[in-house]
Amino acid sequence: MDNIAGSKSSLTWAVHLSVLFLVVLWIFPTVGLLVSSFRTGDQIATSGWWASLGTSEQSVVYRAKDPDDFREADGDQFVVTGNFFEEEGGSGTVTVWGTSSRAIDAYSAGETADLGDGETFTLDAAGNYEWRGPDDAISGRGQRAFATITAPPEFTLENYDNMLLDPSNSEGMAKAFFNTLTVTIPATIIPIVIAAFAAYALAWMDFPGRALLIAFVVGLLVVPLQLALIPLLKLHLGIGIGKGYLGVWLAHTGFGLPLAIYLLRNYMVGLPRDIIENAKVDGATDFQIFTKIILPLSFPALASFAIFQFLWTWNDLLVAKVFLIDSTGQTTVMTNQITELLGTRGGNWEILATAAFVSIAVPLVVFFAMQRYLVRGLLAGSVK
Amino acid sequence: MDAALLGLMTVVIGVGGCLAYFYFSNLFLDKVLFPASGPNAGQNINRANQIRPWLFLFPAMFALALYLGYPVFETLRLSLTDRSQGGAFVGLENYNQMFSEPKFWEAMRNNMLWLIVVPATSTAFGLLVAQLTDRIGWGNIAKSIIFMPMAISFVGASVIFKLIYDARPEDSAQIGVLNAVWMNFEGGFGSVLFLKIFPVILLLSFAAIVAYVGYIILKMSGGLWRTLFKLAAGVFVAWMVFLSLKSVLGVATADLPYGEPQNWLTLPFYNNFFLMVVLIWIQTGFAMVILSAALRGIPEETVEAAIVDGANPFQIFFKIKVPQIMPTIVVVWTTITLTVLKVFDIVFAMTNGQWQTQVLANYMYDKLFRANDWGVGSASAIIIMLLVSPILIWNVYNARKEMR
Repeated sequence: MDNIAGSKSSLTWAVHLSVLFLVVLWIFPTVGLLVSSFRTGDQIATSGWWASLGTSEQSVVYRAKDPDDFREADGDQFVVTGNFFEEEGGSGTVTVWGTSSRAIDAYSAGETADLGDGETFTLDAAGNYEWRGPDDAISGRGQRAFATITAPPEFTLENYDNMLLDPSNSEGMAKAFFNTLTVTIPATIIPIVIAAFAAYALAWMDFPGRALLIAFVVGLLVVPLQLALIPLLKLHLGIGIGKGYLGVWLAHTGFGLPLAIYLLRNYMVGLPRDIIENAKVDGATDFQIFTKIILPLSFPALASFAIFQFLWTWNDLLVAKVFLIDSTGQTTVMTNQITELLGTRGGNWEILATAAFVSIAVPLVVFFAMQRYLVRGLLAGSVK
Repeated sequence: MDAALLGLMTVVIGVGGCLAYFYFSNLFLDKVLFPASGPNAGQNINRANQIRPWLFLFPAMFALALYLGYPVFETLRLSLTDRSQGGAFVGLENYNQMFSEPKFWEAMRNNMLWLIVVPATSTAFGLLVAQLTDRIGWGNIAKSIIFMPMAISFVGASVIFKLIYDARPEDSAQIGVLNAVWMNFEGGFGSVLFLKIFPVILLLSFAAIVAYVGYIILKMSGGLWRTLFKLAAGVFVAWMVFLSLKSVLGVATADLPYGEPQNWLTLPFYNNFFLMVVLIWIQTGFAMVILSAALRGIPEETVEAAIVDGANPFQIFFKIKVPQIMPTIVVVWTTITLTVLKVFDIVFAMTNGQWQTQVLANYMYDKLFRANDWGVGSASAIIIMLLVSPILIWNVYNARKEMR
């Protein structure tokens, strides 16, 4: 609508560029984590993740095979041949190399270095070397070579293999993943059922004190759940639920209810009155109206809340720490597992990045698949 | 896997139980208690209809009262007792003890800092993105991407940003983006531009915006309450402006340690901002979605009229659009404020309150579950509740107004 005046075109480029800048700024951190989770620990520790997207260059020190075991006679000379990449790992292309740490770029790939006393050393781009010389030179320890290697981007699934599929890895995420799932699903579904009935009563049934109850729900929307931690933990311990799944389900249900009732009531109030009144005239009971008319029509609001509650319970740390995780640690959830890894494996980014991405992946999929409902829920929850 | 089975059973029993409760309690009400037949059919139908809402409401209200209502009062009671003395009533002793702890005041100061910076920045970014993406073809994709961090857990985001803030010794390659960028500054013109002039402009514009908001508030007319509010707001605004001008001086004269990798999370005071970035990164998407919807709801005639009158794009934005979506901005602001007051995971995962980054929620967790001091822990929870309650009252007031 701003284009009506026709003077906007000069600004359009600036707008495109600033949005592009913001988008890149916003996605950059997540991409960093994603890329890092596909790199080995060594790669992460030696270069920034952004460097892994192009060809990387690294300096490596190799040592030729022990001549006393591997040398072969060739006329009056001895030769040791081999391939550094096969023997000592690494891959890529050797660009330059040297035989001393002071001149690591003395020779380019394929050149032959003269080491004196008739001793020569050749290293080609593919890592094949040939060390040749008279008897007394080709002995002792293997010749060292300082090679500069360029490698194409290289990624591995090894981290995910370790963190998810290796059952012997006590730091693995597989168990925490299933625990999180176990917490999330009942904690998402049960509040919906309870809230839907209450929301219907608050939206379409007439009774004294309705306005007061709605105000009560609105007030509870903002009560910090920090307040609830000790009293409820005491309650749970007192009535024998203790720490465990049942406790965390109940807690999530209680904490999720205000938003659920609020969202669903706001949506149900907006449904057309005629349908409900017609049904009443036709002799439908409130229960029938609710299950046959209101529930199917409220699907968008139900979906919105379900996504909220799912994201919230999946991403939650505090409630799980207080109500679920006991001293055995058998019921740890992913967020807790990650904070523990942050403490114990602070420098091992391949572990941290993979663990974090495993826990982020599911919410991201849900987010992109059901973004429409999430936005709708947000709007209903706050603009009203 | 038996936990998964237990979960499945809980879903079935929980949902089935709820449905069965609703169904059978209705049936009982209609067929047994007040049957709609016999001599008193009419009276019975009325009675049943009076009771039915409470049947529908009972499970939800019971859970709400037990899980959110009761704890408020119980926490208040606990904050006045001492666990080590067997729960004896100690009056305000816990509060006294808390107020004498430097860590508590550090948490308060940091929380205030969070309260000022995070909602303001998130809302401003959200508004900016909402306005910019409104006009371009790929705006929806851009919005999706900026909205995406909403789905990421605070803990996940903490890992993401810890990688960004990572520091390596000076002679090895930096793997944290921030240090990699930082190592490029060596004190030349670029450094002055980005690290001196740019922050100064940012701070000055912040001061200008605060002063402008203060001016608008002071211009309001009204009764005693309004005058009191104006007074408080005036003092607050003056203090904010003073603080930002003071930081301008600080930034301009600071001697920056160029060429040394920094441990960003251990720099006292500034590390708070590095933690706030995480929450801003998450909350901007939320602000954007809501403000974008509000911007679309602005009647086009007002904008067209302004264009006809010769307003430039900035005037249209600040004088036509922003005033019209002011109520939504307030809602976004207060919602983010609530999130900030409860922020726990980020601080817990990134610094755990070390290096002077403590916040109230983490302080409370420390007291409750590390020091096992339920009295002081409850007292700090009550402080959080007190900080939240103005918003609570405001929300309830608005909700009641809306219903009339």
